[in-house]
Amino acid sequence: MGSTRVTLSGWELNNPIIPASGTFGFGKEFAELYDINCLGTFSFKGTTRDERFGNPTPRIAECPAGMINSVGLQNPGVDHVIAHELPEMKEYFHKKVIANVSGFSIEDYAYTCEKLDKEEQVGILEVNVSCPNVHHGGMSFGTSPASAAEVTRAVKAVTTKPVYIKLSPNVTDIVSIAKACEDAGADGISLINTMMGMRIDLKTKKPVIANKMGGYSGKGIFPVAVRMVYQVYEAVNIPIIGMGGVCNAEDVIELMLAGASAVQVGAANLIDPYVCRDIVADLPRVMEKYHIVNLTDIIGGAHHG
Amino acid sequence: MKQTILTVTENKHLTPDVCRMTLAGDVSAITAPGQFINLKIDGFTLRRPISVCDYDDKSVTILYKIVGHGTEAMETLVIGTEIDTLIGLGNGYDTAKSGDAPLLIGGGVGVPPLYNLCKKLLAEGKRPSVILGFNKKSEIFYADEFRALGVPTYIATADGSEGTKGFVTDVMKDLDYTYFYTCGPMPMFRAIEKTAKTSGQYSFEERMGCGFGACMGCSCKTYYGNKRICKDGPVLEREEIIWEAHA
Repeated sequence: MGSTRVTLSGWELNNPIIPASGTFGFGKEFAELYDINCLGTFSFKGTTRDERFGNPTPRIAECPAGMINSVGLQNPGVDHVIAHELPEMKEYFHKKVIANVSGFSIEDYAYTCEKLDKEEQVGILEVNVSCPNVHHGGMSFGTSPASAAEVTRAVKAVTTKPVYIKLSPNVTDIVSIAKACEDAGADGISLINTMMGMRIDLKTKKPVIANKMGGYSGKGIFPVAVRMVYQVYEAVNIPIIGMGGVCNAEDVIELMLAGASAVQVGAANLIDPYVCRDIVADLPRVMEKYHIVNLTDIIGGAHHG
Repeated sequence: MKQTILTVTENKHLTPDVCRMTLAGDVSAITAPGQFINLKIDGFTLRRPISVCDYDDKSVTILYKIVGHGTEAMETLVIGTEIDTLIGLGNGYDTAKSGDAPLLIGGGVGVPPLYNLCKKLLAEGKRPSVILGFNKKSEIFYADEFRALGVPTYIATADGSEGTKGFVTDVMKDLDYTYFYTCGPMPMFRAIEKTAKTSGQYSFEERMGCGFGACMGCSCKTYYGNKRICKDGPVLEREEIIWEAHA
């Protein structure tokens, strides 16, 4: 009998399936539908120092193989998350979670991470330097090696838990940024966040999204995710959480072969709320089909031989 | 909310661009008038959220306007087609606040959710009246269905080709009512807001990602805090609405 277990910085997960930040809230809506303890874990809604409403609506545009969002980091702020969301979460999720954090300055990131680092429910701090939907912050920290490293160092200096930096695909050289994060002390890398995209309504002849552009996600970006995970795996020695357009168990295997130690599922949750539960259930069958005994054995498998 | 497979048992035009679709299956998750269902249509990434017009213990009826590629595809679905559907979404209208004689005001494709609401209010022993607003006579639908419920049904058309010439508010201003419920376009909402003499509930529309509260795609600010149109709405109370927050 094989195993779906994987490990992230010493944290053992029953399986590598992790709903991605921004597509799963704090898990509540999905816990009404199924027991979300079947998941490896999940990455909660991107949290900032202060409460944010986010961008004006419309924030959503459909694409043939995905969607564009411009939510703009709507969240109740770190103090509310700690005082309300995490205690409530205990009722329906009994594992540790990944705390996804965003900021608008180096100090913001450090402040929010330091607070969440003290929460026993937090297993990993996932630092989002790649949100394409906010100005002055967000993605701008993830588009140069120097600034990504600076955020990494600032967060590492005030935290004890593993720090994973979530990178943007909207860059010319993802490898140099990932390496800079590793050199600055990052314990792992999450990639990819959404790709910048845009739709225009032919009837109104105006952008569909109020903020004009947004982050494109969904199955259309999967090949980009595979490519970037593959490239980063070659360059770094820290674990990678792969994501971007994952829709089924075969996608999970492919991303792990490229180099992911665990896999996040994003946009697919919004279309089929049961998709992560179903991927977890389907994994053993797909592993058998491809003669995989232990999932950990295939991490980066595409690089060998 | 529940995910279920529903089967198309009716799909026909009521007007050149409005169709009625009835879907059979387990619809037990629908708990209130004004909720919506979210249909997965082959060939489209996101689901199509459509308000519930009526439901019983084994089927749900929706009325939809053909406005884009998704609804064009819905128009072609034949009887027997199975559709992956999320049902029982949103809060729906609260009938407890209606008083004895509530007024229901629908504009265009905003008319459908008022139909089951009207039936529910009647079942509770209340005396609802209905105003339906359309651009012109050829676009009118469901006026006869409301009349068949035995409720006073007023029609307003912008061009005067049927009923009162003008807008729903031209009828509304002369009526007495204890509360109001409405669904329709934003200009109609703004006119109602100026005319209404009582409290009431507005059902909002917004582009949605998921339809069940996960993505924060359809958020709006209210005096009661940030709300998701799909999960905390689509029905908002008059007192909580920040009109400046709606384009």
